[in-house]
Amino acid sequence: MRPEKGARQGPGRERQNIGASRGARHSGLRGYFTLHLSMSIQSLGRLVRSPFATLMTAAVIGIALALPTGLHVLLDNLQRAGGDWDGAAQVSLFLKPHVDEDRALALADRLRQRGDILSVHYISPDQALEEFQSQSGFGEVLESLSQNPLPGVLVLQPRLATDKPDRAEILMTNLERLPEVELAQLDMQWLKRLFAILDTVERGVMIVAILLGVAVLLIVGNTIRLAIENRRDEILITKLIGATNAFIRRPFLYYGIWYGLFGGLLALILVDTSIILLQEPVARLTGLYGSNYRLGLLDLELSATVIGGGILLGLLGSWIAVGRHLSRIEPR
Amino acid sequence: MIRFDNISKRYPGTQDALSQLSFHLHKGEMAFLTGHSGAGKSTFLKLIALLERPSRGQLFIDGQNLTRVPRRKIPYVRRQMGIIFQDHRLLFDRTVFDNVALPLIISGYARQDIERRVRASLDMVGLLGKETQFPITLSGGEQQRVGIARAIVHKPSLLLADEPTGNLDPALSWEIMGLFEQFNQVGVSVLIASHDLDMISRLPYRVLKLKQGHLVGDGYPRGTRP
Ligand SMILES: Nc1ncnc2c1ncn2[C@@H]1O[C@H](COP(=O)(O)OP(=O)(O)OP(=O)(O)O)[C@@H](O)[C@H]1O
Ligand SMILES: [Mg+2]
Repeated sequence: MRPEKGARQGPGRERQNIGASRGARHSGLRGYFTLHLSMSIQSLGRLVRSPFATLMTAAVIGIALALPTGLHVLLDNLQRAGGDWDGAAQVSLFLKPHVDEDRALALADRLRQRGDILSVHYISPDQALEEFQSQSGFGEVLESLSQNPLPGVLVLQPRLATDKPDRAEILMTNLERLPEVELAQLDMQWLKRLFAILDTVERGVMIVAILLGVAVLLIVGNTIRLAIENRRDEILITKLIGATNAFIRRPFLYYGIWYGLFGGLLALILVDTSIILLQEPVARLTGLYGSNYRLGLLDLELSATVIGGGILLGLLGSWIAVGRHLSRIEPR
Repeated sequence: MIRFDNISKRYPGTQDALSQLSFHLHKGEMAFLTGHSGAGKSTFLKLIALLERPSRGQLFIDGQNLTRVPRRKIPYVRRQMGIIFQDHRLLFDRTVFDNVALPLIISGYARQDIERRVRASLDMVGLLGKETQFPITLSGGEQQRVGIARAIVHKPSLLLADEPTGNLDPALSWEIMGLFEQFNQVGVSVLIASHDLDMISRLPYRVLKLKQGHLVGDGYPRGTRP
Protein backbone atom coordinates (compact mmCIF):
# COMPACT_ATOMS: atom_id res chain seq x y z
CA MET A 1 0.00 0.00 0.00
CA ARG A 2 1.92 2.95 -1.28
CA PRO A 3 0.58 6.35 -2.06
CA GLU A 4 -0.30 6.68 -5.67
CA LYS A 5 2.51 8.12 -7.68
CA GLY A 6 1.97 11.57 -9.00
CA ALA A 7 -0.65 12.47 -6.47
CA ARG A 8 0.80 15.93 -6.41
CA GLN A 9 -0.05 16.46 -10.03
CA GLY A 10 -3.73 15.78 -9.51
CA PRO A 11 -6.38 18.22 -10.57
CA GLY A 12 -6.44 19.63 -7.07
CA ARG A 13 -2.95 20.94 -7.69
CA GLU A 14 -3.69 22.52 -11.00
CA ARG A 15 -6.48 24.58 -9.63
CA GLN A 16 -5.31 26.38 -6.59
CA ASN A 17 -8.01 28.95 -6.62
CA ILE A 18 -10.84 27.12 -4.97
CA GLY A 19 -14.24 27.74 -6.39
CA ALA A 20 -12.95 29.11 -9.64
CA SER A 21 -12.85 25.79 -11.42
CA ARG A 22 -15.46 24.23 -13.59
CA GLY A 23 -15.36 20.51 -13.29
CA ALA A 24 -15.98 19.34 -16.82
CA ARG A 25 -13.20 17.14 -18.09
CA HIS A 26 -15.27 16.08 -21.06
CA SER A 27 -14.14 18.68 -23.49
CA GLY A 28 -15.87 19.81 -26.63
CA LEU A 29 -19.24 19.13 -28.11
CA ARG A 30 -18.61 15.44 -28.51
CA GLY A 31 -17.74 15.03 -24.88
CA TYR A 32 -20.87 16.91 -23.95
CA PHE A 33 -23.03 14.62 -26.03
CA THR A 34 -21.30 11.50 -24.75
CA LEU A 35 -21.94 12.66 -21.20
CA HIS A 36 -25.61 13.35 -21.85
CA LEU A 37 -26.09 10.16 -23.78
CA SER A 38 -24.65 8.07 -20.99
CA MET A 39 -26.69 9.95 -18.39
CA SER A 40 -29.91 9.53 -20.33
CA ILE A 41 -29.22 5.83 -20.74
CA GLN A 42 -28.51 5.53 -17.03
CA SER A 43 -31.85 7.12 -16.22
CA LEU A 44 -33.53 4.82 -18.70
CA GLY A 45 -31.84 1.88 -17.01
CA ARG A 46 -33.24 2.95 -13.66
CA LEU A 47 -36.74 3.24 -15.10
CA VAL A 48 -36.49 -0.14 -16.78
CA ARG A 49 -35.45 -1.71 -13.50
CA SER A 50 -38.90 -0.95 -12.11
CA PRO A 51 -40.93 -1.74 -15.22
CA PHE A 52 -44.32 -1.88 -13.57
CA ALA A 53 -44.17 1.55 -11.98
CA THR A 54 -42.71 3.02 -15.16
CA LEU A 55 -45.38 1.46 -17.29
CA MET A 56 -48.12 2.72 -14.99
CA THR A 57 -46.91 6.29 -15.22
CA ALA A 58 -46.36 6.02 -18.95
CA ALA A 59 -49.86 4.53 -19.35
CA VAL A 60 -51.50 7.39 -17.50
CA ILE A 61 -49.60 9.89 -19.62
CA GLY A 62 -50.39 7.86 -22.73
CA ILE A 63 -54.11 7.85 -22.04
CA ALA A 64 -54.08 11.55 -21.21
CA LEU A 65 -52.38 12.26 -24.52
CA ALA A 66 -54.44 9.76 -26.50
CA LEU A 67 -57.76 11.29 -25.55
CA PRO A 68 -57.35 14.70 -27.17
CA THR A 69 -55.39 13.16 -30.02
CA GLY A 70 -58.19 10.69 -30.71
CA LEU A 71 -60.82 13.40 -30.55
CA HIS A 72 -58.79 15.55 -32.86
CA VAL A 73 -58.47 12.73 -35.36
CA LEU A 74 -62.18 12.06 -35.17
CA LEU A 75 -63.01 15.70 -35.79
CA ASP A 76 -60.53 15.98 -38.59
CA ASN A 77 -62.02 12.95 -40.27
CA LEU A 78 -65.56 14.23 -39.83
CA GLN A 79 -64.58 17.51 -41.38
CA ARG A 80 -62.97 15.84 -44.34
CA ALA A 81 -65.70 13.28 -44.72
CA GLY A 82 -68.28 16.07 -44.47
CA GLY A 83 -66.68 17.75 -47.41
CA ASP A 84 -66.81 14.48 -49.23
CA TRP A 85 -70.50 13.86 -48.86
CA ASP A 86 -71.87 15.21 -52.13
CA GLY A 87 -75.03 13.33 -51.32
CA ALA A 88 -75.63 15.83 -48.61
CA ALA A 89 -75.90 18.79 -50.93
CA GLN A 90 -79.10 19.38 -52.83
CA VAL A 91 -79.99 21.87 -55.49
CA SER A 92 -83.60 22.84 -55.87
CA LEU A 93 -84.49 24.26 -59.27
CA PHE A 94 -87.73 26.23 -59.03
CA LEU A 95 -89.28 26.25 -62.47
CA LYS A 96 -91.08 29.13 -64.07
CA PRO A 97 -94.88 28.91 -63.73
CA HIS A 98 -95.52 28.32 -67.40
CA VAL A 99 -93.25 25.29 -67.57
CA ASP A 100 -95.50 22.28 -67.70
CA GLU A 101 -94.81 18.72 -66.65
CA ASP A 102 -93.57 17.54 -70.08
CA ARG A 103 -91.06 20.32 -70.35
CA ALA A 104 -89.95 19.75 -66.84
CA LEU A 105 -89.36 16.05 -67.45
CA ALA A 106 -87.52 16.80 -70.67
CA LEU A 107 -85.29 19.20 -68.79
CA ALA A 108 -84.71 16.55 -66.14
CA ASP A 109 -83.59 14.14 -68.83
CA ARG A 110 -81.18 16.68 -70.23
CA LEU A 111 -79.76 17.42 -66.84
CA ARG A 112 -79.19 13.74 -66.14
CA GLN A 113 -76.79 13.68 -69.08
CA ARG A 114 -74.46 16.11 -67.37
CA GLY A 115 -71.38 14.78 -65.62
CA ASP A 116 -71.68 17.04 -62.62
CA ILE A 117 -75.16 15.92 -61.68
CA LEU A 118 -75.81 12.63 -59.99
CA SER A 119 -79.57 12.47 -59.98
CA VAL A 120 -82.64 14.52 -60.82
CA HIS A 121 -86.02 14.17 -59.27
CA TYR A 122 -89.13 16.06 -60.38
CA ILE A 123 -91.75 17.35 -57.96
CA SER A 124 -94.86 18.60 -59.66
CA PRO A 125 -96.76 21.61 -58.28
CA ASP A 126 -99.51 19.30 -57.03
CA GLN A 127 -97.08 17.05 -55.23
CA ALA A 128 -95.38 20.07 -53.79
CA LEU A 129 -98.67 21.44 -52.55
CA GLU A 130 -99.59 18.15 -50.94
CA GLU A 131 -96.25 17.94 -49.20
CA PHE A 132 -96.47 21.52 -48.10
CA GLN A 133 -99.97 21.08 -46.73
CA SER A 134 -99.07 18.04 -44.73
CA GLN A 135 -95.92 19.56 -43.34
CA SER A 136 -96.52 23.24 -42.83
CA GLY A 137 -99.80 23.58 -41.02
CA PHE A 138 -100.86 26.23 -43.54
CA GLY A 139 -103.06 23.56 -45.05
CA GLU A 140 -106.32 25.45 -44.64
CA VAL A 141 -104.98 28.70 -45.92
CA LEU A 142 -103.63 26.95 -48.97
CA GLU A 143 -106.89 25.12 -49.54
CA SER A 144 -108.74 28.41 -49.63
CA LEU A 145 -106.59 29.52 -52.56
CA SER A 146 -108.22 29.01 -55.89
CA GLN A 147 -104.98 28.32 -57.64
CA ASN A 148 -101.89 26.36 -56.67
CA PRO A 149 -99.21 29.01 -56.11
CA LEU A 150 -96.34 26.54 -56.02
CA PRO A 151 -94.05 25.99 -59.00
CA GLY A 152 -92.70 22.69 -60.16
CA VAL A 153 -89.34 21.80 -58.70
CA LEU A 154 -86.44 19.73 -59.92
CA VAL A 155 -84.33 18.39 -57.08
CA LEU A 156 -80.76 17.64 -58.15
CA GLN A 157 -77.90 15.98 -56.44
CA PRO A 158 -74.74 17.61 -57.70
CA ARG A 159 -71.43 15.86 -57.72
CA LEU A 160 -69.34 18.27 -55.71
CA ALA A 161 -65.64 17.89 -55.44
CA THR A 162 -64.33 19.20 -52.16
CA ASP A 163 -61.08 20.29 -53.66
CA LYS A 164 -62.87 22.58 -56.13
CA PRO A 165 -65.42 24.53 -54.17
CA ASP A 166 -66.06 27.03 -56.97
CA ARG A 167 -67.40 24.22 -59.13
CA ALA A 168 -70.62 24.44 -57.16
CA GLU A 169 -70.90 28.13 -57.97
CA ILE A 170 -70.32 27.54 -61.64
CA LEU A 171 -72.94 24.81 -61.67
CA MET A 172 -75.39 27.12 -59.94
CA THR A 173 -74.95 29.96 -62.42
CA ASN A 174 -75.25 27.49 -65.30
CA LEU A 175 -78.49 26.18 -63.92
CA GLU A 176 -79.94 29.61 -63.30
CA ARG A 177 -79.34 30.56 -66.91
CA LEU A 178 -81.63 27.78 -68.14
CA PRO A 179 -84.75 29.33 -69.64
CA GLU A 180 -87.10 27.07 -67.67
CA VAL A 181 -85.57 27.95 -64.34
CA GLU A 182 -86.78 30.73 -62.12
CA LEU A 183 -84.45 30.14 -59.21
CA ALA A 184 -81.69 27.68 -58.29
CA GLN A 185 -81.05 27.10 -54.63
CA LEU A 186 -78.14 25.19 -53.20
CA ASP A 187 -79.26 23.63 -49.98
CA MET A 188 -76.27 22.88 -47.80
CA GLN A 189 -77.85 24.09 -44.62
CA TRP A 190 -77.33 20.99 -42.57
CA LEU A 191 -73.78 20.63 -43.79
CA LYS A 192 -73.12 24.17 -42.63
CA ARG A 193 -74.65 23.32 -39.31
CA LEU A 194 -72.46 20.26 -39.07
CA PHE A 195 -69.40 22.36 -39.65
CA ALA A 196 -70.53 24.87 -37.07
CA ILE A 197 -71.00 22.03 -34.60
CA LEU A 198 -67.60 20.64 -35.47
CA ASP A 199 -66.04 24.05 -34.87
CA THR A 200 -67.61 24.14 -31.44
CA VAL A 201 -66.49 20.62 -30.68
CA GLU A 202 -63.02 21.53 -31.87
CA ARG A 203 -62.87 24.29 -29.29
CA GLY A 204 -64.00 21.75 -26.71
CA VAL A 205 -61.28 19.33 -27.74
CA MET A 206 -58.75 22.11 -27.35
CA ILE A 207 -59.91 22.73 -23.80
CA VAL A 208 -59.78 19.02 -23.04
CA ALA A 209 -56.27 18.90 -24.51
CA ILE A 210 -55.12 21.76 -22.30
CA LEU A 211 -56.65 20.21 -19.19
CA LEU A 212 -55.12 16.84 -19.92
CA GLY A 213 -51.81 18.52 -20.68
CA VAL A 214 -51.91 20.05 -17.22
CA ALA A 215 -52.80 16.61 -15.87
CA VAL A 216 -49.71 15.17 -17.54
CA LEU A 217 -47.61 17.90 -15.95
CA LEU A 218 -49.02 17.03 -12.55
CA ILE A 219 -48.55 13.30 -13.04
CA VAL A 220 -44.95 13.69 -14.13
CA GLY A 221 -44.33 16.25 -11.41
CA ASN A 222 -45.65 13.94 -8.73
CA THR A 223 -43.75 10.95 -10.05
CA ILE A 224 -40.54 12.94 -10.09
CA ARG A 225 -41.25 14.24 -6.61
CA LEU A 226 -41.48 10.65 -5.39
CA ALA A 227 -38.30 9.75 -7.23
CA ILE A 228 -36.54 12.66 -5.54
CA GLU A 229 -37.84 11.54 -2.15
CA ASN A 230 -36.66 8.01 -2.84
CA ARG A 231 -33.20 9.19 -3.71
CA ARG A 232 -32.94 11.72 -0.94
CA ASP A 233 -29.89 10.11 0.64
CA GLU A 234 -28.18 9.89 -2.67
CA ILE A 235 -28.86 13.55 -3.38
CA LEU A 236 -27.54 14.52 0.03
CA ILE A 237 -24.39 12.50 -0.41
CA THR A 238 -23.67 13.71 -3.91
CA LYS A 239 -24.21 17.30 -2.80
CA LEU A 240 -21.90 16.63 0.10
CA ILE A 241 -19.08 15.64 -2.18
CA GLY A 242 -19.51 18.57 -4.49
CA ALA A 243 -22.24 17.86 -7.02
CA THR A 244 -23.75 20.94 -8.59
CA ASN A 245 -27.50 21.39 -8.70
CA ALA A 246 -27.34 20.96 -12.45
CA PHE A 247 -25.72 17.57 -12.02
CA ILE A 248 -28.32 16.43 -9.51
CA ARG A 249 -31.17 17.80 -11.59
CA ARG A 250 -30.13 16.02 -14.76
CA PRO A 251 -31.25 12.43 -14.14
CA PHE A 252 -34.66 13.64 -13.00
CA LEU A 253 -35.08 15.73 -16.12
CA TYR A 254 -34.20 12.65 -18.13
CA TYR A 255 -36.86 10.73 -16.24
CA GLY A 256 -39.35 13.34 -17.37
CA ILE A 257 -38.19 13.06 -20.96
CA TRP A 258 -38.42 9.28 -20.92
CA TYR A 259 -41.85 9.29 -19.32
CA GLY A 260 -43.01 11.77 -21.93
CA LEU A 261 -41.57 9.70 -24.75
CA PHE A 262 -43.11 6.46 -23.49
CA GLY A 263 -46.42 8.18 -22.87
CA GLY A 264 -46.36 9.67 -26.36
CA LEU A 265 -45.59 6.33 -27.97
CA LEU A 266 -48.32 4.68 -25.97
CA ALA A 267 -50.77 7.37 -27.03
CA LEU A 268 -49.89 6.70 -30.68
CA ILE A 269 -50.45 2.99 -30.19
CA LEU A 270 -53.79 3.61 -28.48
CA VAL A 271 -55.06 6.02 -31.13
CA ASP A 272 -53.85 3.98 -34.10
CA THR A 273 -55.32 0.81 -32.64
CA SER A 274 -58.64 2.56 -32.14
CA ILE A 275 -58.55 3.83 -35.70
CA ILE A 276 -57.88 0.33 -37.03
CA LEU A 277 -60.80 -0.97 -34.99
CA LEU A 278 -63.04 1.79 -36.34
CA GLN A 279 -61.97 1.58 -39.95
CA GLU A 280 -64.36 -1.14 -41.03
CA PRO A 281 -67.55 0.16 -39.41
CA VAL A 282 -66.75 3.67 -40.61
CA ALA A 283 -66.26 2.41 -44.14
CA ARG A 284 -69.66 0.72 -43.91
CA LEU A 285 -71.24 3.88 -42.55
CA THR A 286 -69.81 6.18 -45.18
CA GLY A 287 -70.70 3.60 -47.77
CA LEU A 288 -74.32 4.11 -46.81
CA TYR A 289 -73.91 7.75 -47.75
CA GLY A 290 -72.46 6.83 -51.10
CA SER A 291 -68.98 7.76 -50.10
CA ASN A 292 -65.88 5.63 -50.07
CA TYR A 293 -64.26 7.63 -47.36
CA ARG A 294 -61.82 5.69 -45.18
CA LEU A 295 -60.34 6.50 -41.78
CA GLY A 296 -56.60 6.97 -42.06
CA LEU A 297 -53.95 6.29 -39.43
CA LEU A 298 -52.14 9.20 -37.79
CA ASP A 299 -49.89 10.92 -40.25
CA LEU A 300 -46.23 11.60 -39.58
CA GLU A 301 -46.75 15.19 -38.56
CA LEU A 302 -49.41 14.45 -36.00
CA SER A 303 -47.45 11.48 -34.65
CA ALA A 304 -44.40 13.69 -34.24
CA THR A 305 -46.52 16.32 -32.53
CA VAL A 306 -47.90 13.79 -30.04
CA ILE A 307 -44.46 12.43 -29.19
CA GLY A 308 -42.88 15.86 -29.12
CA GLY A 309 -45.71 17.16 -26.96
CA GLY A 310 -45.30 14.22 -24.58
CA ILE A 311 -41.57 14.82 -24.25
CA LEU A 312 -42.09 18.54 -23.75
CA LEU A 313 -44.71 18.00 -21.07
CA GLY A 314 -42.57 15.38 -19.36
CA LEU A 315 -39.57 17.67 -19.32
CA LEU A 316 -41.61 20.61 -18.10
CA GLY A 317 -43.28 18.55 -15.36
CA SER A 318 -39.98 17.23 -14.08
CA TRP A 319 -38.45 20.69 -14.31
CA ILE A 320 -41.16 22.09 -12.08
CA ALA A 321 -40.87 19.21 -9.59
CA VAL A 322 -37.10 19.44 -9.48
CA GLY A 323 -37.21 23.18 -8.99
CA ARG A 324 -39.61 22.83 -6.10
CA HIS A 325 -38.16 19.87 -4.28
CA LEU A 326 -34.46 19.61 -4.98
CA SER A 327 -33.38 22.83 -3.34
CA ARG A 328 -35.01 21.72 -0.09
CA ILE A 329 -32.55 18.87 0.24
CA GLU A 330 -29.38 20.38 1.66
CA PRO A 331 -26.72 18.44 3.53
CA ARG A 332 -26.01 19.38 7.12
CA MET B 1 -4.26 26.04 3.81
CA ILE B 2 -7.04 26.70 6.32
CA ARG B 3 -7.23 29.90 8.30
CA PHE B 4 -9.89 30.70 10.91
CA ASP B 5 -10.04 34.36 11.77
CA ASN B 6 -12.11 34.97 14.90
CA ILE B 7 -14.74 32.49 13.87
CA SER B 8 -17.92 32.09 15.86
CA LYS B 9 -20.77 29.77 15.07
CA ARG B 10 -24.10 29.88 16.76
CA TYR B 11 -26.93 27.53 15.84
CA PRO B 12 -30.33 29.13 16.09
CA GLY B 13 -31.57 29.10 19.66
CA THR B 14 -28.39 27.90 21.34
CA GLN B 15 -25.18 29.24 22.76
CA ASP B 16 -22.15 29.59 20.55
CA ALA B 17 -21.07 26.16 19.34
CA LEU B 18 -17.75 27.79 18.45
CA SER B 19 -16.62 31.12 19.80
CA GLN B 20 -13.91 33.39 18.49
CA LEU B 21 -11.69 30.72 17.09
CA SER B 22 -8.50 31.63 15.32
CA PHE B 23 -6.09 29.11 13.92
CA HIS B 24 -4.05 28.32 10.88
CA LEU B 25 -3.39 24.92 9.33
CA HIS B 26 -0.43 25.12 7.00
CA LYS B 27 -0.25 23.58 3.59
CA GLY B 28 0.76 19.96 3.89
CA GLU B 29 0.22 19.90 7.64
CA MET B 30 -1.60 17.16 9.50
CA ALA B 31 -3.50 17.93 12.70
CA PHE B 32 -5.98 16.41 15.11
CA LEU B 33 -9.03 18.06 16.56
CA THR B 34 -10.08 16.76 19.97
CA GLY B 35 -12.50 17.63 22.69
CA HIS B 36 -15.44 16.22 24.57
CA SER B 37 -18.66 15.38 22.94
CA GLY B 38 -20.41 18.60 22.06
CA ALA B 39 -17.20 20.61 22.13
CA GLY B 40 -17.73 21.67 18.54
CA LYS B 41 -15.47 19.36 16.52
CA SER B 42 -18.05 18.48 13.90
CA THR B 43 -19.14 22.09 13.66
CA PHE B 44 -15.52 23.04 13.06
CA LEU B 45 -15.23 20.64 10.11
CA LYS B 46 -18.65 21.58 8.75
CA LEU B 47 -17.60 25.19 8.51
CA ILE B 48 -14.64 24.21 6.38
CA ALA B 49 -16.79 22.01 4.14
CA LEU B 50 -19.31 24.83 3.84
CA LEU B 51 -21.99 22.64 5.36
CA GLU B 52 -22.51 25.45 7.81
CA ARG B 53 -21.65 29.11 7.48
CA PRO B 54 -19.92 30.98 10.33
CA SER B 55 -21.99 33.47 12.29
CA ARG B 56 -19.02 35.79 12.66
CA GLY B 57 -15.42 35.93 11.53
CA GLN B 58 -13.59 35.07 8.35
CA LEU B 59 -12.61 31.69 7.01
CA PHE B 60 -9.97 31.21 4.34
CA ILE B 61 -8.96 28.16 2.37
CA ASP B 62 -5.99 28.48 0.08
CA GLY B 63 -6.27 32.24 0.44
CA GLN B 64 -9.88 32.31 -0.68
CA ASN B 65 -12.42 33.81 1.65
CA LEU B 66 -15.06 31.13 2.14
CA THR B 67 -17.47 33.52 3.80
CA ARG B 68 -17.84 35.20 0.44
CA VAL B 69 -18.39 32.08 -1.67
CA PRO B 70 -21.86 32.24 -3.23
CA ARG B 71 -24.13 29.25 -2.92
CA ARG B 72 -23.77 28.08 -6.46
CA LYS B 73 -19.99 27.96 -6.11
CA ILE B 74 -20.07 25.78 -3.02
CA PRO B 75 -19.87 22.51 -4.99
CA TYR B 76 -16.60 23.61 -6.55
CA VAL B 77 -15.17 24.36 -3.12
CA ARG B 78 -16.18 20.95 -1.84
CA ARG B 79 -14.53 19.24 -4.77
CA GLN B 80 -11.19 20.58 -3.60
CA MET B 81 -11.43 18.55 -0.45
CA GLY B 82 -11.96 14.98 0.52
CA ILE B 83 -14.40 14.52 3.36
CA ILE B 84 -14.66 11.37 5.42
CA PHE B 85 -17.74 10.94 7.52
CA GLN B 86 -18.11 8.99 10.69
CA ASP B 87 -21.22 7.28 9.32
CA HIS B 88 -19.52 6.57 5.97
CA ARG B 89 -22.32 8.10 3.91
CA LEU B 90 -22.07 5.47 1.22
CA LEU B 91 -24.70 4.75 -1.41
CA PHE B 92 -25.94 1.31 -0.55
CA ASP B 93 -27.55 0.63 -3.87
CA ARG B 94 -24.29 1.17 -5.73
CA THR B 95 -21.24 -1.01 -5.97
CA VAL B 96 -17.99 -0.13 -4.25
CA PHE B 97 -16.64 0.97 -7.61
CA ASP B 98 -19.55 3.31 -8.28
CA ASN B 99 -19.32 4.76 -4.79
CA VAL B 100 -15.68 5.57 -5.16
CA ALA B 101 -16.17 6.87 -8.69
CA LEU B 102 -18.81 9.39 -7.60
CA PRO B 103 -16.53 12.42 -7.11
CA LEU B 104 -15.02 11.80 -10.53
CA ILE B 105 -18.38 11.41 -12.22
CA ILE B 106 -19.56 14.62 -10.61
CA SER B 107 -16.57 16.42 -12.05
CA GLY B 108 -17.11 14.88 -15.46
CA TYR B 109 -14.00 12.75 -15.80
CA ALA B 110 -13.68 10.52 -18.84
CA ARG B 111 -14.54 6.86 -18.45
CA GLN B 112 -11.02 5.44 -18.76
CA ASP B 113 -9.70 8.00 -16.34
CA ILE B 114 -12.35 7.05 -13.82
CA GLU B 115 -11.52 3.37 -14.07
CA ARG B 116 -7.83 3.98 -13.53
CA ARG B 117 -8.22 6.35 -10.61
CA VAL B 118 -10.82 4.28 -8.81
CA ARG B 119 -8.57 1.23 -8.97
CA ALA B 120 -5.59 3.18 -7.73
CA SER B 121 -7.67 4.56 -4.89
CA LEU B 122 -9.10 1.18 -3.91
CA ASP B 123 -5.62 -0.28 -4.08
CA MET B 124 -4.43 2.29 -1.57
CA VAL B 125 -7.05 1.35 0.99
CA GLY B 126 -6.54 -2.35 0.31
CA LEU B 127 -9.90 -3.03 -1.27
CA LEU B 128 -8.85 -3.89 -4.79
CA GLY B 129 -10.92 -6.86 -5.87
CA LYS B 130 -14.07 -5.71 -4.06
CA GLU B 131 -15.16 -3.26 -6.76
CA THR B 132 -18.29 -5.12 -7.72
CA GLN B 133 -19.49 -5.76 -4.17
CA PHE B 134 -22.16 -3.70 -2.52
CA PRO B 135 -21.27 -1.79 0.67
CA ILE B 136 -23.76 -3.81 2.69
CA THR B 137 -21.63 -6.93 2.14
CA LEU B 138 -18.58 -5.23 3.67
CA SER B 139 -17.50 -4.97 7.29
CA GLY B 140 -17.64 -1.65 9.11
CA GLY B 141 -13.93 -1.13 8.66
CA GLU B 142 -14.14 -1.94 4.97
CA GLN B 143 -17.01 0.48 4.55
CA GLN B 144 -14.98 3.14 6.26
CA ARG B 145 -12.16 2.44 3.83
CA VAL B 146 -14.54 2.75 0.88
CA GLY B 147 -15.41 6.17 2.28
CA ILE B 148 -11.72 7.02 2.45
CA ALA B 149 -11.11 5.79 -1.08
CA ARG B 150 -13.95 8.03 -2.24
CA ALA B 151 -12.48 10.98 -0.38
CA ILE B 152 -9.07 10.65 -2.02
CA VAL B 153 -9.97 9.46 -5.51
CA HIS B 154 -9.97 12.97 -6.95
CA LYS B 155 -6.69 13.80 -5.23
CA PRO B 156 -7.86 16.64 -3.06
CA SER B 157 -5.37 18.97 -1.46
CA LEU B 158 -7.23 18.87 1.83
CA LEU B 159 -8.60 15.88 3.67
CA LEU B 160 -11.17 16.30 6.44
CA ALA B 161 -12.18 13.36 8.61
CA ASP B 162 -14.82 13.30 11.33
CA GLU B 163 -14.14 10.46 13.76
CA PRO B 164 -12.74 8.21 11.07
CA THR B 165 -11.82 5.55 13.58
CA GLY B 166 -14.95 6.03 15.66
CA ASN B 167 -15.94 2.45 16.25
CA LEU B 168 -13.11 0.48 14.78
CA ASP B 169 -10.85 -1.88 16.67
CA PRO B 170 -7.35 -0.58 17.51
CA ALA B 171 -5.60 -2.53 14.77
CA LEU B 172 -7.92 -1.16 12.12
CA SER B 173 -7.70 2.33 13.61
CA TRP B 174 -3.94 2.27 13.26
CA GLU B 175 -4.19 1.00 9.73
CA ILE B 176 -6.49 3.85 8.76
CA MET B 177 -4.31 6.35 10.55
CA GLY B 178 -1.43 4.98 8.50
CA LEU B 179 -3.38 5.79 5.36
CA PHE B 180 -3.82 9.38 6.46
CA GLU B 181 -0.11 9.62 7.14
CA GLN B 182 0.58 8.37 3.64
CA PHE B 183 -1.59 11.05 2.09
CA ASN B 184 0.03 13.64 4.28
CA GLN B 185 3.42 12.49 3.10
CA VAL B 186 2.53 13.28 -0.49
CA GLY B 187 1.53 16.79 0.49
CA VAL B 188 -2.14 16.56 1.35
CA SER B 189 -3.22 18.70 4.30
CA VAL B 190 -5.12 16.55 6.78
CA LEU B 191 -7.46 17.53 9.60
CA ILE B 192 -8.94 14.75 11.73
CA ALA B 193 -11.54 15.11 14.46
CA SER B 194 -11.09 12.29 16.93
CA HIS B 195 -11.87 11.09 20.42
CA ASP B 196 -9.06 8.62 20.37
CA LEU B 197 -6.72 10.42 22.77
CA ASP B 198 -4.57 7.35 23.22
CA MET B 199 -3.70 7.16 19.57
CA ILE B 200 -3.35 10.90 19.13
CA SER B 201 -0.88 11.10 22.01
CA ARG B 202 1.36 8.61 20.31
CA LEU B 203 1.53 10.40 17.01
CA PRO B 204 3.78 13.34 16.27
CA TYR B 205 1.09 15.65 14.94
CA ARG B 206 -0.35 18.93 16.03
CA VAL B 207 -3.35 18.63 18.33
CA LEU B 208 -6.09 21.24 18.64
CA LYS B 209 -8.21 20.92 21.74
CA LEU B 210 -11.72 22.29 21.84
CA LYS B 211 -13.74 22.88 24.97
CA GLN B 212 -17.26 24.21 24.77
CA GLY B 213 -16.49 25.92 21.55
CA HIS B 214 -13.24 27.49 22.67
CA LEU B 215 -9.79 26.54 21.48
CA VAL B 216 -8.07 25.59 24.72
CA GLY B 217 -5.03 23.78 23.43
CA ASP B 218 -2.80 23.87 20.37
CA GLY B 219 0.44 21.90 20.45
CA TYR B 220 2.18 18.57 20.06
CA PRO B 221 1.88 15.57 22.37
CA ARG B 222 4.68 15.36 24.91
CA GLY B 223 7.82 13.74 23.55
CA THR B 224 6.57 13.64 19.99
CA ARG B 225 7.49 17.14 18.88
CA PRO B 226 9.42 16.48 15.65
N1 LIG C 1 -27.73 21.54 13.69
C1 LIG C 1 -27.59 21.97 14.96
N2 LIG C 1 -28.55 22.72 15.50
C2 LIG C 1 -28.41 23.19 16.77
N3 LIG C 1 -27.38 22.92 17.54
C3 LIG C 1 -26.39 22.16 17.05
C4 LIG C 1 -26.45 21.64 15.73
N4 LIG C 1 -25.34 20.92 15.50
C5 LIG C 1 -24.62 20.98 16.63
N5 LIG C 1 -25.23 21.71 17.55
C6 LIG C 1 -24.72 22.03 18.89
O1 LIG C 1 -23.41 22.58 18.77
C7 LIG C 1 -22.57 22.04 19.74
C8 LIG C 1 -21.34 21.40 19.10
O2 LIG C 1 -21.76 20.29 18.36
P1 LIG C 1 -20.77 19.40 17.51
O3 LIG C 1 -21.57 18.45 16.74
O4 LIG C 1 -19.87 20.29 16.75
O5 LIG C 1 -19.98 18.65 18.64
P2 LIG C 1 -18.87 17.53 18.52
O6 LIG C 1 -17.65 18.05 19.18
O7 LIG C 1 -18.74 17.08 17.12
O8 LIG C 1 -19.50 16.38 19.39
P3 LIG C 1 -19.35 14.79 19.19
O9 LIG C 1 -18.02 14.40 19.67
O10 LIG C 1 -20.45 14.24 20.04
O11 LIG C 1 -19.57 14.50 17.74
C9 LIG C 1 -23.38 21.07 20.55
O12 LIG C 1 -23.77 21.72 21.75
C10 LIG C 1 -24.58 20.79 19.71
O13 LIG C 1 -25.73 20.61 20.53
MG1 LIG D 1 -19.16 15.29 16.07
